[in-house]
Amino acid sequence: MKLIGAEILCESLTRLGVREIFGYPGGAILPVYDALGKSKLHHVLVRHEQGATHMADGYARASGGIGVAMATSGPGATNMVTGIATAMMDSSPVVCITGQVSSKVLGSDAFQEIDITGITMPITKHNVVITKAEDIARTIREAFLIANSGRPGPVLVDITKDAQQAIAEFNWEASEPKLPPKRLRNNHDQAEFDRAVEMLNTAKRPIILAGHGIMVSGAMRAFEQFVRTGNYPVAMTLLGIGCFPADNALNLGMMGMHGEAWVNNAIQEADLLIAVGMRFDDRVTGDLRTYAKSARKIHIEIDRAEINKNVKVDAALVGDARDVLERLMPRIQTCDHSAWIRHVAELKGDSAVRDIQSLPDNGHLYAAHVINDIWKETRGEAIVVTDVGQHQMWEAQYYHHNRPRTLITSGGLGTMGFALPAAIGAKFAKPDSEVWVVVGDGGFQMTMCELATIVQEKINIKIAIINNGFLGMVRQWQEFFYDKRYVATPLVAPDFAALANAFGIRAERITKRAEVIPTIRSARESAETVLIDFRVEQEDSVYPMVAAGASLSDMIRRPNSPLVETATEP
Amino acid sequence: MQTLVAYVENKPGVLNRVSSLARRLAINIDSLTVGPTENEAIARMTIVAHTDERGAHRLEASLEKLVDVLLAENISTRALLERDLALIKVSADQQNRPHLMELIKVFRARVVDVAPESLIIEVSGAVDKIDGLLEVLRPFGVLEMARTGRISMTRGGDLLQPPVEESSGSELESTGSNVK
Ligand SMILES: Cc1cc2nc3c(=O)[nH]c(=O)nc-3n(C[C@H](O)[C@H](O)[C@H](O)COP(=O)(O)OP(=O)(O)OC[C@H]3O[C@@H](n4cnc5c(N)ncnc54)[C@H](O)[C@@H]3O)c2cc1C
Ligand SMILES: Cc1ncc(C[n+]2csc(CCOP(=O)(O)OP(=O)(O)O)c2C)c(N)n1
Ligand SMILES: [Mg+2]
Repeated sequence: MKLIGAEILCESLTRLGVREIFGYPGGAILPVYDALGKSKLHHVLVRHEQGATHMADGYARASGGIGVAMATSGPGATNMVTGIATAMMDSSPVVCITGQVSSKVLGSDAFQEIDITGITMPITKHNVVITKAEDIARTIREAFLIANSGRPGPVLVDITKDAQQAIAEFNWEASEPKLPPKRLRNNHDQAEFDRAVEMLNTAKRPIILAGHGIMVSGAMRAFEQFVRTGNYPVAMTLLGIGCFPADNALNLGMMGMHGEAWVNNAIQEADLLIAVGMRFDDRVTGDLRTYAKSARKIHIEIDRAEINKNVKVDAALVGDARDVLERLMPRIQTCDHSAWIRHVAELKGDSAVRDIQSLPDNGHLYAAHVINDIWKETRGEAIVVTDVGQHQMWEAQYYHHNRPRTLITSGGLGTMGFALPAAIGAKFAKPDSEVWVVVGDGGFQMTMCELATIVQEKINIKIAIINNGFLGMVRQWQEFFYDKRYVATPLVAPDFAALANAFGIRAERITKRAEVIPTIRSARESAETVLIDFRVEQEDSVYPMVAAGASLSDMIRRPNSPLVETATEP
Repeated sequence: MQTLVAYVENKPGVLNRVSSLARRLAINIDSLTVGPTENEAIARMTIVAHTDERGAHRLEASLEKLVDVLLAENISTRALLERDLALIKVSADQQNRPHLMELIKVFRARVVDVAPESLIIEVSGAVDKIDGLLEVLRPFGVLEMARTGRISMTRGGDLLQPPVEESSGSELESTGSNVK
């Protein structure tokens, strides 16, 4: 069948199972848009190309499949950079398609010509320029294969305008991916494996560090069995949240900089760390010299480059998490770690009293209350997409996720402006799920233009702005480490409710705790998007906190204010 | 100093990917040589990097993650043959010429160009040998020098060959399709 390049692209995407493309048109990609119009693909018109990449990312994270974003050459492509980097840092499979000037003028500084493959080389898993229509089908298939295999990541495909317009033979069967041959690495030797088994079966104070890789691998069931058999307490990274049910007694909660005190203390006291699909980010370990000193370490990880990168381990089991766990299972003895688990529970005792959650209503509205109420009202079943900042940490602490891929957040890059567009992508991936956005007043203002996309696409998500009048997370650092010199963190915002109304979106503003639950309820009853502006305590801080570079044992705890002392256990 | 060998696709842009990766990992490259292999679709690189064993492991593993890299291996601890080639233009007049020729002989270098006021000396061998020659030439006045950078090969039966077979690779077998 003879088709033009643009039609080949649309046909290939359709055959790869793509339904939605998040994009923005322009001259160098126009032939593709023309072909899109004749295809069955649904194009979601965004308001800024950064939004397109976050939507594709949100789509990928919610579904486990590949999200597709599209933009024109030049400024369209460069606007994608932040979104691509966000996907790269969190290993999210996104395919970005950009138009490029015609191959005849490549390299001549033509109108809207930019070397986007050069720019994105360090922030993509792979990228490629296509200059011939006959290469499109195979290259797109390769891009999809690369994006979502092994350790996933973004792939950018830059297609020159003449390649989009040229006529070529389209033959799907003949355009099988042809990637360079790779050496088959013998993943791990038997001795290493046996050593890991020995450590697992002899540990007295083991703890699992569960990461995002468990979800990527689809290893939830194997992981659950592994935990149950070995009776290992589980701590989660921010991106690991959801890989193991929050309501399982062995789930301790999040580790790291804003992890719960008992979790970090348990890690510091453990004699064995079992890291599964996590990369020992510095927000997780704190000062490496004092990190888990008495523990031996096992690392189950698909990417060889992560082994011994930050933390030196005693056994590295390189491979897909599910594969490795399934191979370990028959060798694991049923263990009883009840004394250790009891000890960890005792560590927890003290922290719970300090918990803001147990505060009686003193007229103040705390972000923690809002998030906890959203959790209760949605029975922990919503997909929550957060932005970056204090509200993000409170979400991680107070919304208890029982299912994988229900917390979508930018962890590695910490990209403000991620939440709103990523939630739109997540809603397309899971149209039947309830999707909540938890976003700060700062980050919301970075990508709020996508409210128009919501209206144009008639989608239904719920937006909770945690409005503290500050770039709160930065303000908190200024409070703790810069003597409360609040430089450039007090933040003027528009009246978000009025703004939403101007877009044609229903909105509420909440200032009192008593109004929180009724408002959440009425928002949930609506079949349309509702925005809620929660005016929360302005100078509240996220506790506990391990200062950047400090030891995990050295946590800044919630001050024991009189209010907190009168609190009762939840 | 660590020595890595990589087999890569012999096509434009690959050198850029490799050097860009080293830069991203904050690993300083001392020398990087590329040349075709007997299979013209595949090029071989020798990378000498200023890093420790851990850095070399990270570089090796990260290189192998690049789609265009077929194989990367840290060969620093193996028995190696290493060669570097240099062209050195040194000033030479009637008086010191005999002395120069003497030195060149000792280092088993060759004179490949003669001009009234200078000579070009070609020398190949291990890096130390070239550095040694350079040291003794300096007093004469080194006018120009070009060095190829190091190429390395493991000795004897210790073979390092590019993987063959058109496969989509070990970890790339999972489906790239979106249909779930
Ligand atoms: C303001 C802010 C505060 C933060 N505070 C914290 C905090 O307190 N605690 C915290 O934990 N994080 C925190 N983070 C997030 C942190 O920066 C990292 O993003 C996070 O810790 C990374 O989690 P991860 O290693 O599980 O996931 P990723 O970074 O996604 O790494 C996943 C790992 O799994 C591997 N993998 C992928 N697929 C597989 C597979 N199939 N099988 C096996 N392995 C696989 C990958 O190679 C990778 O090494 C914070 C972020 C921000 C923005
Ligand atoms: C794009 C971007 N710029 C700057 C930062 C640094 N930063 C991290 S958190 C934060 C404050 C976020 O403020 P807000 O969105 O109001 O959330 P809050 O912390 O108040 O909940 C800033 C500026 C960032 N993460 N991303
Ligand atoms: Mg704020």
